[in-house]
Amino acid sequence: MSATMGESQSRQASFGGAEARSATAMNEPRIAIRSLNFYYGSNRALKDVNLDLPDRQVTGVIGPSGCGKSTMLRVLNRMYDLYPGQRATGEVLLDGENVIDASVDLNALRARIGMVFQKPTPFPMTIYDNIAFGVKLHERLTRSQMDERVEWSLTRAALWDEVKDRINSAALGLSGGQQQRLCIARTIAVQPEVILFDEPTSALDPISTLKIEELIDELKHDFTIAIVTHNMQQAARCADQVAFFYLGEMVEVAPAAQMFTAPRERRTQEYITGRFG
Amino acid sequence: MSTSTAIAGPVPGPARDQRIARSLGRRRHRADLVVKVLCILATVIGLALLASILATLIARGGGSLSLAIFTNMTRPPGSNGGLLNAIVGTLIQTGIGTLIGTPIGLMVGTYLAEYGRNSAIANTVRFVSDVLLSAPSILIGLFIYELCVVPFGGFSGIAGCLALAVIVIPIVVRTTEDMLQLIPASLREAVMALGAPKWKMIVLICYRAAKDGIVTGILLAVARIAGETAPLLFTSLGNLNWSVDLTQPMASLPVTIYQYAGSAFEDWVDHAWVGALLITIGVLATNVVARLALRGRR
Repeated sequence: MSATMGESQSRQASFGGAEARSATAMNEPRIAIRSLNFYYGSNRALKDVNLDLPDRQVTGVIGPSGCGKSTMLRVLNRMYDLYPGQRATGEVLLDGENVIDASVDLNALRARIGMVFQKPTPFPMTIYDNIAFGVKLHERLTRSQMDERVEWSLTRAALWDEVKDRINSAALGLSGGQQQRLCIARTIAVQPEVILFDEPTSALDPISTLKIEELIDELKHDFTIAIVTHNMQQAARCADQVAFFYLGEMVEVAPAAQMFTAPRERRTQEYITGRFG
Repeated sequence: MSTSTAIAGPVPGPARDQRIARSLGRRRHRADLVVKVLCILATVIGLALLASILATLIARGGGSLSLAIFTNMTRPPGSNGGLLNAIVGTLIQTGIGTLIGTPIGLMVGTYLAEYGRNSAIANTVRFVSDVLLSAPSILIGLFIYELCVVPFGGFSGIAGCLALAVIVIPIVVRTTEDMLQLIPASLREAVMALGAPKWKMIVLICYRAAKDGIVTGILLAVARIAGETAPLLFTSLGNLNWSVDLTQPMASLPVTIYQYAGSAFEDWVDHAWVGALLITIGVLATNVVARLALRGRR
């Protein structure tokens, strides 16, 4: 038991490194979540959540399993609409428009808010077509314009050099880490404003994880990013601000450095020191 | 969730007895051996039956296989007849039956997997389709007889095609639905997250991901109807002369085999064996070619 304590304390100490990367001042919010409630049937999974996602910065969302952090992410691009019996109330404002309003054009919304999932999900087609698929849904490009877009997005996703010689081979032949970067490339090719990452590295090895984290750091210059993660070091490394969710409530949100060194709430303190979760 | 870890203490119960452990291990090995032998035995019996059917087919049918089979029509016994009209009739009816039945089956299967899911309508459709899947094919023949033969005043090739199409539909429905349901939710979500409408997700991604299974289902259906006799007896009837007119009775291999095999003439019986061999080779070849084509594209 004492070993566990010691380990968690040294882990907490290493969070100091987060200060170097994360911003101290938050930009204007790109997405503003106000009094958001979410229901799976009659089960209330989110309780009056209020949270701002600052423009072109990274918001890390942490919390134990089942706390509602993925649910929150899936509200932002209306992923829950795929399943009957799931509904949200409250406001999620993107440029003043409430995205959970029934009248919102979901396809246009999802073009503005992209999402990368836990498991890499390459489509059963070539690498090129994987990227072109999403672009073709929203834009009409000539062949050469499409070629440029594919190269641009693969370059942004740090994958171009590895795949430029086999751009027309099947995407399923890539390694797990490459597949995940392909999914990121596919998402940014659509030119969204916001990218949601739902535990993007939990199925990947440490090297691939590092690459994805570096990529997120690079992408935040152009995109507003939210990342749900089980890994607190990852939140500390990637995020500018961190939100802690517990039992469907947003307990605390703070700049990353402050969150991991001086959390205000006792529950946050207990979670990040490994007392539960 | 607890803030401290309880100390469990020593394992309750008696200490592990090595003799009991070894005897349990031996028992596991014996059970493993028995099951393994039974499985191998079952496989051998199945394969032996299959091999014996194929061997008989080749031995009885291969001997009478000649060019005349493919160039001459069915003729009276003893006049060097062939099977050309029956071969062409089977190709036409199997082909058109598949062409009619596959799109309907695909669309119903897609509805069940992607739209209906567990709604009352979908469950009813699923149940009816499964009943149809195991319905005796002679009933389907009678159904088309009442529907197409009686009102239009005669047996016809198109009635045979329709009867075969009715057999194709439930097979394709079942495999299409099963294969689409195997596609993980994560892939569907990834497509939708790019802002794709649902129909594009189904047509451009799901069909592609389920392609192998769906094609296998269609091939199963082709194999099944290529050898069907009962539904054709009441619909296309059979025709001793050359006819590719779909409004007239049309010959087919299974019906010809049925007529020839029961006859008293030696050359007709031989031709029945040749017909059986041709159907088997045809179905086998279709399967092999389709599988090679699918593998080559991957």
